[in-house]
Amino acid sequence: MSALTLTHARFQLIETSRTPIAIVGSAIWPAASMLAFVVPYAGDDPHFATFATASMLTFAVMSTNLFSYGVGVADDRVQPWDPYVRTLAAGALPRFAGRLLAGLALMAVALLPVVLISAFLTAATLSPARFVLAALCVALISVPFILMGLAIGYSMPPKAAVVVAQVLFLPLAFGGGLMTAPGWAPGFVETVGPFLPTGGAVRLMWAAVGEYPFSPASLVSLLTWTIALAGVALWAYRRDEGRRFS
Amino acid sequence: MILARAIDVTRRYGDALALDHVSLDIAAGAIVGVLGPNGAGKSTLISLLTGIRKPSSGRVELLGADPRLPASRRHLGVTPQETGLPGTLRVGEVIDFVRAHYPDPLPRAELLTRFGLTDLVRRQTGGLSGGEKRRVAVALAFAGRPRIVFLDEPTTGLDVEARRSLWDGIRQFHADGGTVVLTSHYLEEIESLADRAVVLGGGRVLADDTVDAVRGLVAVRRISLTSPVPLPALAGVTATERDGDRWHLLSPDADRLVRDLVAADVPFADLEVRPASLEEAFLRLTRLEEACPR
Repeated sequence: MSALTLTHARFQLIETSRTPIAIVGSAIWPAASMLAFVVPYAGDDPHFATFATASMLTFAVMSTNLFSYGVGVADDRVQPWDPYVRTLAAGALPRFAGRLLAGLALMAVALLPVVLISAFLTAATLSPARFVLAALCVALISVPFILMGLAIGYSMPPKAAVVVAQVLFLPLAFGGGLMTAPGWAPGFVETVGPFLPTGGAVRLMWAAVGEYPFSPASLVSLLTWTIALAGVALWAYRRDEGRRFS
Repeated sequence: MILARAIDVTRRYGDALALDHVSLDIAAGAIVGVLGPNGAGKSTLISLLTGIRKPSSGRVELLGADPRLPASRRHLGVTPQETGLPGTLRVGEVIDFVRAHYPDPLPRAELLTRFGLTDLVRRQTGGLSGGEKRRVAVALAFAGRPRIVFLDEPTTGLDVEARRSLWDGIRQFHADGGTVVLTSHYLEEIESLADRAVVLGGGRVLADDTVDAVRGLVAVRRISLTSPVPLPALAGVTATERDGDRWHLLSPDADRLVRDLVAADVPFADLEVRPASLEEAFLRLTRLEEACPR
């Protein structure tokens, strides 16, 4: 990884950390959902609590990235600093990779409360080996959602990005089966689920945390989404010229 | 050697034509002033030459290659708009961020000293005064030891002393072999720094010559006089401005205007004739262009 990528990541993180409410904002929803739904309804059952935590983590990964990138990037693009950065002697890659790194770090902050609530307020259990596996899995599944956010952010203005992120995230959550326990979703969701990025992601998470059969089809689906979204994000980045008049 | 070049460049935004078949060469070691009213295409031209945008047709080159390739921007310095600095970041952080993009940047301390920023290094850019922001913005253009810099309104918002010291910095850079392209609203700035002026209007190059030649090209004179009675209609006057009893007229032929005033028996006093400013000159150029389009 190049030093310039780290420079971009650090720059983003410093900027975000100077407005701490932005971090609190992205951490509060997944934690609130845990407290409102998982703790009272599935908290006592180790099996369901563990799967529900995995679902909530996937949900959090999707929503934080969709919003922080979709809206964040769209917003950055209308700032006059953005065209200036494009005149520096670096191409798309360090900025892209730097954003990814910064996004991973911020997402970890948003996920931490979910993990803590699950550990202390529910019966969910996880062996150390599986915990590490789940952590790796979170890093992996975050990539397509970061790319989805970037694709939205680089291809539309901030107001449109907010709407698109909002329109996308509920169907993706429901259709992927994040709102239901494994195998308990309505039939069509079970059919379509594995082929949505959320469904592929959550099935990988379930397999990481418990006795859920690893499904190569959902992994292939997730990788396909990742490659496709990377293509769209890169295309949107390349055609982006910021504001039309400046 | 040509450092930057536009060859028959056209740029549209939807239906709006921002640049219309513009060709321009910037030779190494030049200081070129780009002038023009708002909407003339200055910003668009600079954004094409610095790789921010792509021309709709035609070609741009920076150091012999497409400016959209990162490698061709390695010796380029650009000022951000002063309002564009990320407000929550400190001056030192912004400078380090920009320096990290270049293979052989100026040492941080040297850059800070050169632009008088040493005392500001821990301050967040959002809290700086307009003049301080401007200094940071200009310093960023020089962070990577560029061979060519594009300075957009470099001294807007600076007091006279700060402006002079910045001019000295630009002259020093030029004396060391640097190439400068600058846009400015201060005509004094172009007149004092640039050896060549490019006048843009309506997306076209209206004039491209030495600063003196551009002024001479239109040979417009500003005639001021005090008269208690309204002036009669006078041939050749392109603009009239009245301030109480004081009248200011623009005309390409001051001698004839004065003879006409005498012939018309106008009781004028305090006559003053001087060359028009560059701004007046390019306004006139723009009007000529409108009157007889190519």
